[in-house]
Amino acid sequence: MSLRIVVTVKYVPDATGDRHFADDLTVDRDDVDGLLSELDEYAVEQALQISENSDDDVEITVLTVGPEDAKDALRKALSMGADKAVHVEDDDLHGTDAIGTSLVLAKAIEKAGYDLVISGLASTDGTMGVVPALLAERLGVPQVTLLSEVSVEDGTVKGRRDGDAASEQLEASLPAVVSVTDQSGEARYPSFKGIMAAKKKPVQSWDLSDLDLEAGEVGLEGAWTAVESATQRPARTAGTIVKDEGEGGKQLAEFLAGQKFI
Amino acid sequence: MAEVLVYVDHVDGAVRKPTLELLTLARRIGEPVAVALGAGAESTAAALAEHGATRVLTHDASEYADYLVVPKVDALQAAVAAVSPAAVLVPSSAEGKEIAARLALRIGSGIITDAVDLEAGDEGPVATQSVFAASFSTKSRVSKGTPVITVKPNSAAVEAAPAAGAVEALAVTFSAQATGTKITGRTPRESTGRPELTEAAIVVSGGRGVNGAENFGLIEALADSLGAAVGASRAAVDAGWYPHTNQVGQTGKSVSPQLYIANGISGAIQHRAGMQTSKTIVAVNKDAEAPIFDLVDYGVVGDLFDVVPQLTEEIKTRKG
Repeated sequence: MSLRIVVTVKYVPDATGDRHFADDLTVDRDDVDGLLSELDEYAVEQALQISENSDDDVEITVLTVGPEDAKDALRKALSMGADKAVHVEDDDLHGTDAIGTSLVLAKAIEKAGYDLVISGLASTDGTMGVVPALLAERLGVPQVTLLSEVSVEDGTVKGRRDGDAASEQLEASLPAVVSVTDQSGEARYPSFKGIMAAKKKPVQSWDLSDLDLEAGEVGLEGAWTAVESATQRPARTAGTIVKDEGEGGKQLAEFLAGQKFI
Repeated sequence: MAEVLVYVDHVDGAVRKPTLELLTLARRIGEPVAVALGAGAESTAAALAEHGATRVLTHDASEYADYLVVPKVDALQAAVAAVSPAAVLVPSSAEGKEIAARLALRIGSGIITDAVDLEAGDEGPVATQSVFAASFSTKSRVSKGTPVITVKPNSAAVEAAPAAGAVEALAVTFSAQATGTKITGRTPRESTGRPELTEAAIVVSGGRGVNGAENFGLIEALADSLGAAVGASRAAVDAGWYPHTNQVGQTGKSVSPQLYIANGISGAIQHRAGMQTSKTIVAVNKDAEAPIFDLVDYGVVGDLFDVVPQLTEEIKTRKG
């Protein structure tokens, strides 16, 4: 038996940088450093753990859709221990929205071959959290999402989903799409050996024609949504700051009362 | 007037507040038609009618409780086919976003998530979103198909607007995918008696400065004096001082209350991403240089172990 895992990852602008929009109202990627979305590290980690706990041959492919620099995100995942990588890159992808991204990912996942897809719970830039569900819908396989615990055994994936109202135990047959939360387990740091090994691992590059997709199906032109404006919020006006000299709590209460919160 | 579908989030017939907010927003773009599914669906009708639902489409089947997400997508798709709405609005919970996404794909529509405001536009509803840790505000619309939009809690004030709210049975045929993911067990979360974090009008949070699980009692006491929900920073959650379900921030919950009180929280970008749209922000922190003070309407530089109990006492006194 063998198990083919595809981990979808995203290369995102660093949240500690000065993120802003370009003139076409897409995210400006030129002025901010990018990195592997932190939440996707948990997905890579769970793929590695499933592999380590399995008696089967497990092959882990990391997949991203993004510009040239997105290879950095793939390298990070490879240095953590993934086996190979696929980079979908095409100028016509610029401005692709979530529905379009799920189309490209689904085509690439099918082309790569899979038994299990693992995603993070959301990207740290768009933060929509819809791509795993969209992938399950497109691939026609069960979605087993937002798991804080995940295991795979005998062709079945099981996990725990912690919702607001209840904690649920889920179960589905493979193939399936899984997403994991930041509670699933701390992601490992790449070792020096892992970083060196990653340089020799294969990274395939596919463009739209490799996936039988037309330019008009993706990108800004093919987007299902349109951003009409993006306005930078004015900086908050400086608030009142007091030093506690014994009455800080009472002063704060006075402020809250003035604002009608008490 | 065009009809607008509103997906109802309810627990055994008790409608949750974000759905009532959605009904208010839905009335700006059409006549709200509510879709309530699962056990207790019909008992939602009175509350929904009181807040503007002209019709309430209901359906109950064991599939909604036994399988994840897809049965609800099937039902909503059936409702879209029956109503031909001008838009579909869904509360922005984790599950709500998943339902909305799959629905959008099926009906060939775009999706906008986490809207914080909604207005009618010439080419369909225009949604406001708050992005990049609330440093930008965008306005977007769905350009293909029937707009599917999820809306964050606290995006609109709940307004009563009595309407007919006629209950109608929705005919649903489940898809082959509906039974793909089985829910084999469910442990209800124990109620703390406090408001739900994402829906609360006031949130009181504790961070690294709280310095131990045992000290979170101080934060809870302040929260209780204000009828508030309790939040925690990632540092506090990772240290095991408070449950992950209460985590506010990029990898936790995003909150947008009327008042946010941060105690012993430095205000790292990841935390700010989850609370920066709060209307009034207050912080208590020993470190005068903490970035949280850049955000506050009122800040106290001081030891939370002195300030918070004094604040709690003062609130209790003032409230009598």
